Amino acid sequence: MNEKSTIYLDYASTTPVDPRVASKMMEYLTPDGEFGNPASRSHRYGWKADDAVEEARSHVANLVNADPREIVWTSGATEADNLAVKGVARFYKSKGNHIITSKIEHKAVLDPCRQLEREGFEVTYLEPNEFGIIQPEQVKEAIKESTILVSLMHINNELGTLNDLQSIGEITRESGVFFHVDAAQSTGKVEIDLSALPVDLMSFSAHKTYGPKGIGALFVRRKPRVRIEALIHGGGHERGMRSGTLAPHQIVGMGEAFRIAKLEMTKDHEMIAKYHEKFLDEAMKIEHVYINGDLKNKVPNILNMSFNFVEGESLIMGLKDIAVSSGSACTSASLEPSYVLRALGRKDELAHSSIRFSFGRFTKESDVDKTLSILNNVVDRLRELSPLWEMHLDGIDLDTVTWNTH
Amino acid sequence: MAYSKKVVDKFENTLNDPKAFNVGRFDPKEENVGTGMVGAPACGDVMKLQIKCEPSGNTHVIKDVKFKTYGCGSAIASSSELVDMLIGKTLEEAKAIKNKEIVDALELPPIKIHCSVLAEDSIKQAIEDYESKQ
Repeated sequence: MNEKSTIYLDYASTTPVDPRVASKMMEYLTPDGEFGNPASRSHRYGWKADDAVEEARSHVANLVNADPREIVWTSGATEADNLAVKGVARFYKSKGNHIITSKIEHKAVLDPCRQLEREGFEVTYLEPNEFGIIQPEQVKEAIKESTILVSLMHINNELGTLNDLQSIGEITRESGVFFHVDAAQSTGKVEIDLSALPVDLMSFSAHKTYGPKGIGALFVRRKPRVRIEALIHGGGHERGMRSGTLAPHQIVGMGEAFRIAKLEMTKDHEMIAKYHEKFLDEAMKIEHVYINGDLKNKVPNILNMSFNFVEGESLIMGLKDIAVSSGSACTSASLEPSYVLRALGRKDELAHSSIRFSFGRFTKESDVDKTLSILNNVVDRLRELSPLWEMHLDGIDLDTVTWNTH
Repeated sequence: MAYSKKVVDKFENTLNDPKAFNVGRFDPKEENVGTGMVGAPACGDVMKLQIKCEPSGNTHVIKDVKFKTYGCGSAIASSSELVDMLIGKTLEEAKAIKNKEIVDALELPPIKIHCSVLAEDSIKQAIEDYESKQ
């Protein structure tokens, strides 16, 4: 089977580069293109590359209604998260040592927080509700005298649920605490207006929005001003916040991807919302299917479902012509099921049984139809193989069984 | 996924033709049936193995086997592989089966070795259950 016949429904993991973006990137690499170093001030190669970088910066700023001078290029959202969290903590450590985040943040925020704990900072990890949402009141209650930073994600990457940035930001503003938001999953999916939103720092990724991997950006607000300590030193690029020669082809790619996202967000959203509705309607006809996340408060491009009595990795293997991801332990190196799903307070077996479907710009309706038909079939077959399904059909309550754990 | 072709093939064949690969159940109350069930849903794998035996000389021989497994692809493949090894064996021979044989047969990656351990445990338990009835 031609590998390309595999249906790609893992857009929340990464997106293909839009061909329009790729052709733009090609103009900034070869001898006949604009290959210059944007930091070269003494010749046209440098000036042209610098122009391209600044134009891209405007496109990124424009998508989220920020000032281009507030956009700092990074290698991706992971670096942007690191720069925001460690950068603020280390710069403002004389003001306080307390940071607030949540248990279902991306590792790009959780791991820097762990590092800061080793450096003497104190971190509060808020518990999400059963849908994966952090309530603004929880933030308010957790803020104390020593709090300097709140870092929460906008859209959860596994569930697609949205946090209320406006309400949380009003609380952090009132308390004089900085608010960082990981918005890697947001660009091109929901409107973000940083001219109005009380958010101080925001992380972006190109490759979740049809741009290339290896490039991202951090929004660092100018008014009220946020200062950060750099992670990478060496030349003072990006106003000292991130040194290193800029990669114009990557940056132009991100700029073009975000420019297109602004133009096509409504069109993309309408199409994907239609797929989501169809997928949900059909998949929910399968018995014992559960939605992870909040249907009333989530983006339509991500749909996380648990198929009870079926283990997620075997389901993924059964769906061999469909590329999706799972919260199952067996797909990870750690043998632990998804920490995000566990934090929702669901039973571990539902985390083991979870599959994340994510749709995107290049998804076709026939992809959705084909996936639904294969899904129905594979869930049936795996249940026929499942001793848990057999026990369920026999009327045994699995919660009352004593298991021989190994 | 770092699975060998053997795991993938065993999993897919079992999924596509469960009857031919001994998926199913015996009545656990029958005297000549031994049932073993190991693992837990919260850990992500549960194997149920049943053997049907007949006395033969001074021992008993496994005449037929049925299984059902909830778990990852390699757990299902491991159970299915074990079933192939069991039919026609005496209980003594079956008891001597080591998880290593399943690991080798399927070329399981190191992180999936626990699947083969679970399979070994399931046959031990099934034999114990059978012997307790005799």
